Amino acid sequence: MANREQWGTRIGLVLAMAGNAVGLGNFLRFPVQAVQNGGGAFIIPYLVSFLLMGIPLLWIEWSIGRFGGRSNNHSTPFIMDSMDRRSFWKYVGVFGIFTNIGVAAYYCYIESWTMSYVFHSIIQTFTGMSQDEVAVFFVKYVDVGQSTTGIPFESVLFYLICLGLNTYILSRGLSGGVEKVAKIGMPLLILFGILLAVRGITLGNTGLCADCDSHVGMNFLWEPQFDKLLDLKVWFAAAGQIFFTLSLGMGTIQCYASYVRSKDDIALNAMSAGWMNGFVEIVLGASIVIPIAVGYLGLDWVKENAGFSMAFQTMPYLFNQWGAFLGSFAGVMWFGLLFFAGITSSLAMGTPWMGFMQDEFKWSRPKAAFTFGLLVLIMGLPTVFFFQEGFFDEYDYWAGTASLVIFATFETILFSWIFGIERGWKELIQGADMKVPVFFKYIMVFVTPIFLIVILLGTLITPKNGDWQKAFTEKYELDHGSLIGKLTHSNIVANRSWFADRFESEVSGIVTDAYSDEKNHYVVISDENGQVIKTYSQPITKKLAVATGDKVEIATPIFKGRFVNPIFYLDLSRIMLLALFIFICVLVYKANQKRKKIKRIYL
Amino acid sequence: MTTAALITMISVQVLVTIISGYFFWKILTAKPKPEPDSYSEE
Repeated sequence: MANREQWGTRIGLVLAMAGNAVGLGNFLRFPVQAVQNGGGAFIIPYLVSFLLMGIPLLWIEWSIGRFGGRSNNHSTPFIMDSMDRRSFWKYVGVFGIFTNIGVAAYYCYIESWTMSYVFHSIIQTFTGMSQDEVAVFFVKYVDVGQSTTGIPFESVLFYLICLGLNTYILSRGLSGGVEKVAKIGMPLLILFGILLAVRGITLGNTGLCADCDSHVGMNFLWEPQFDKLLDLKVWFAAAGQIFFTLSLGMGTIQCYASYVRSKDDIALNAMSAGWMNGFVEIVLGASIVIPIAVGYLGLDWVKENAGFSMAFQTMPYLFNQWGAFLGSFAGVMWFGLLFFAGITSSLAMGTPWMGFMQDEFKWSRPKAAFTFGLLVLIMGLPTVFFFQEGFFDEYDYWAGTASLVIFATFETILFSWIFGIERGWKELIQGADMKVPVFFKYIMVFVTPIFLIVILLGTLITPKNGDWQKAFTEKYELDHGSLIGKLTHSNIVANRSWFADRFESEVSGIVTDAYSDEKNHYVVISDENGQVIKTYSQPITKKLAVATGDKVEIATPIFKGRFVNPIFYLDLSRIMLLALFIFICVLVYKANQKRKKIKRIYL
Repeated sequence: MTTAALITMISVQVLVTIISGYFFWKILTAKPKPEPDSYSEE
């Protein structure tokens, strides 16, 4: 059975592409990045990065996809193979399937939170809760052992429902499933976004604290600090934001574009989808969370707490201030908006795997969709059960960050230097409904690859606190969050074995208190001035190994018993990702053998 | 809000809205290509 997928309408394609790009980061990551990197001045490196890296990469990925689709290839391994016959590229293309499954595994979990929070907004769970109670609700929700509604394993249940919904929609195909969701989801997302943004902008002074004013929040976000433009960290942050917000380096754009025929436009489609994502991010994303949060909690609170958790741990409380009905309605809009942003992205993540299995192994659409769901379930359940142990964050870093940068760098080099910019450019402008400025040809050859290599190196050897200025002018120290730092677990100074019969202190100091209650043992470690550095607790089944007044160094045992250290879960998540990558490599190898056997070699 | 923040916000948001609207409008008004094209419903 040949892969006969097709888009229904051009608008549907553009909305699906925009939906692929628009994600939770548009509403949660962008405003925080802007606040931390120069406020209004952040928009300058942001737009420069969009021009020099975002747009060229969008065009490169659309062109690569449509070129591959011409020879009936709909996933990156064999799309890249059709551009250069060296077998190396097939295995680089594995990233374009691997990343999507790895990211979908944890992304569907976040998506299920939004679905669950829509449900809780409808039944008015948050009505009357304090800020702390709303925050604790979230902590309880992600703790699999606890239930907020009386339903056992509530978070697992919502995860399964969400994954099932994704699988079902994917099994309906591009025009019958993905496109229909994009056509409903994107307009609703924009509508909900506009309503909440208007509320954020017009909220003004609530009088709850001295600076509880949404305009103070907007000022905080948009006040241009031009001196920050000289800081390399700001440019890295802007380039990173552009990269992740456009869903570049994932393989989904190539997959969607591979269903576009050669005579049809891709240049204008790419621009429209890219700018639509920018609109959602800059106009809507910047006008909701920060202004509303400052309006009710004040600037100091937001400065301390601005981050991803605000979406779930703060917003329901803020909506409560509008009364039971309006608060519930706003909750449905906010979490509905996040749900649509999530599902249009997670659906896109399913299509490369489906395209690959349909192309190479002649699988039916439902079979390909079901196996995607199954793979995501196998990879994703540990992120649900071991969320607190850091499984989720490891997936996010390796599949959702590092892999994207690596893949985008390779594909740009392939397109501009190996496939050749002349052929690439011809592919881009074929059937174009807009005039593509010629200078972009040179940007694609020189600027974009350099931009990406710099980002890749920056990811690899990020200096401490991302402070490049200091790294160049003073002393270079590797950041724990850099790729090398992550790989070597440089932030873990004690308890470095998977299993142990003792638990070691991660700090040095003096034990100022070592005591037990009915359930736990506690050890409080302080510095020489009596300032508490760290407090440890372990269940009563373990044994205390220190007493009050003892001096401890890093790696001094403070508890005895049998321990499974967090490093075990981190390594386990990496082993799972590596196994997934190898599994897809084997499938690509098998597919290639099959192609050779039946002499089905394109190009 | 300070004048600088207000000007930055309004100019950036208006600019992005106009550009996004312009490209989307171009998609809506583009002439369809002769059949067979990429779209089953057009």
